[in-house]
Amino acid sequence: MRAAPRRRRRVPAALLVPAIAGLAFLVLPLIGLLVRAPWSTMPQRLAEPEVLQALWLSLRTATAATAVCLVFGVPIAWLLARVDFPGRGLVRALVTVPLVLPPVVGGVALLLVFGRGGLIGSWMEDTFGIGLPFTTAGVVVAMAFVAMPFLVVSVEGALRGADERYEEAAATLGAGRWTAFTRVTLPLIAPGVAAGAVLSWARALGEFGATITFAGNFPGRTQTMPIAVYLALETDLEAAIVLSLILLAVSVVVLAGLRDRWTAAP
Amino acid sequence: MKRTAAALTALALALTGCSGGGDDSETIHVFAAASLTETFERIGADFEADRPGADVEFNFAGSSSLAAQIEQGAPADVFASASPVNMGSVVEAGYAEDPVTFARNRLVIAVPAGDPAGIASLSDLADPALRVAVCAAAVPCGAAAETALAEAGIELTPATYESDVKATLAKVTLGEVDAALVYRTDTLAADDEVEAVDFPEAAAAVNDYEAAALDGAGAPAAEFVAYLGSEAALAVLIDAGFEAPS
Repeated sequence: MRAAPRRRRRVPAALLVPAIAGLAFLVLPLIGLLVRAPWSTMPQRLAEPEVLQALWLSLRTATAATAVCLVFGVPIAWLLARVDFPGRGLVRALVTVPLVLPPVVGGVALLLVFGRGGLIGSWMEDTFGIGLPFTTAGVVVAMAFVAMPFLVVSVEGALRGADERYEEAAATLGAGRWTAFTRVTLPLIAPGVAAGAVLSWARALGEFGATITFAGNFPGRTQTMPIAVYLALETDLEAAIVLSLILLAVSVVVLAGLRDRWTAAP
Repeated sequence: MKRTAAALTALALALTGCSGGGDDSETIHVFAAASLTETFERIGADFEADRPGADVEFNFAGSSSLAAQIEQGAPADVFASASPVNMGSVVEAGYAEDPVTFARNRLVIAVPAGDPAGIASLSDLADPALRVAVCAAAVPCGAAAETALAEAGIELTPATYESDVKATLAKVTLGEVDAALVYRTDTLAADDEVEAVDFPEAAAAVNDYEAAALDGAGAPAAEFVAYLGSEAALAVLIDAGFEAPS
């Protein structure tokens, strides 16, 4: 995406200075990691089966969690943006609860609901003999819990920004609300949905607290990259840095690859 | 707009208490392992009562995080580690010397109150129908669990390798596992929801707790470390489930 050449205008210092300071604040810790990274051992670490196992598990679960967020989050956003119902403000506040909740507390809360002795978990265990804690599905549940608000907030913002008259026009032409949603609204807000999905995916990929609390840590089953990084930190700082950089590099490649294709704003 | 930005900056500074005040030289900053939280708060209060003017402040966290903080120059006067490994790393980095062992801790099997699964020994944990949590080998309680299991010759596939001992115990408290390997002190600190089952193989994996005054710390810091070896401090430690150093 290349912007057309604009007329040169002076950038106000009141915006430029804090922008540069803010960027430095965001980028400097990354540079700190890069400086301390033991580059020589990088290829060996990458070839370690546990690292690849954790990376592959992270990518699969974060993608599955994003799918879960889309399936449930887009309808929530639509409800919040388009339907006037009593208590809408409260519902909107409730949606953001996972953002405020410390992730470890979120994990405990999930255990209290889906755990072996939980509200729904005990019934699931008795009826179907399945449980979510300590399983890969549990990782996806924990990730979806913390990532969903990002999707809902982005998509609701996109819906509010989209011109409702297109939907009204579709309605006058005989389209039902569902048809108007799938044929008119969704294509209109596609960039917002994509941006929300990217945010959710990134949040899910970095998820640590809720995952280790709800799904535990078992290599190949629930040990995602952030958990591997955290445990490496206990014994070997350099190993932890290498693992973080691998996770960062993979996520940047994926996000940059997607950005041009799907998330470019119209 | 400018005024808003200035106001926001001032607010952020005020809210974070960014003022930079002087430090009282009588204050002893003690960096202590998380498993010492309750006992050290009592010992610190006793120490302050004993020595008017002394003020002990604690920073509790995992021993490895504390060691990393000290090596990055955090303002600590005393380091109390749950494992000789972390103390060793601080000593090796040149921040302390001659640590003393002031307490020991032993693994137990934590089970829900009433021991519904009827666990009486370490070998009972090998039952594949049981769900067991242990600490990851990277943290002290996990290393101790590994040693004890090897000593007993037991192959165990736990449901999870937890990141620290409190998280491991929480899995029992929440009823998500049938048993977990944790320290005796943790089961005593927990309410009546958990019970401890002793097992003889734990003797092979006793954990030494070490303390040292850090280089550059004043005399009060050395006094605090010496106080940890007193009868009064030992009584508090034993009350919490620790053992006297051998």
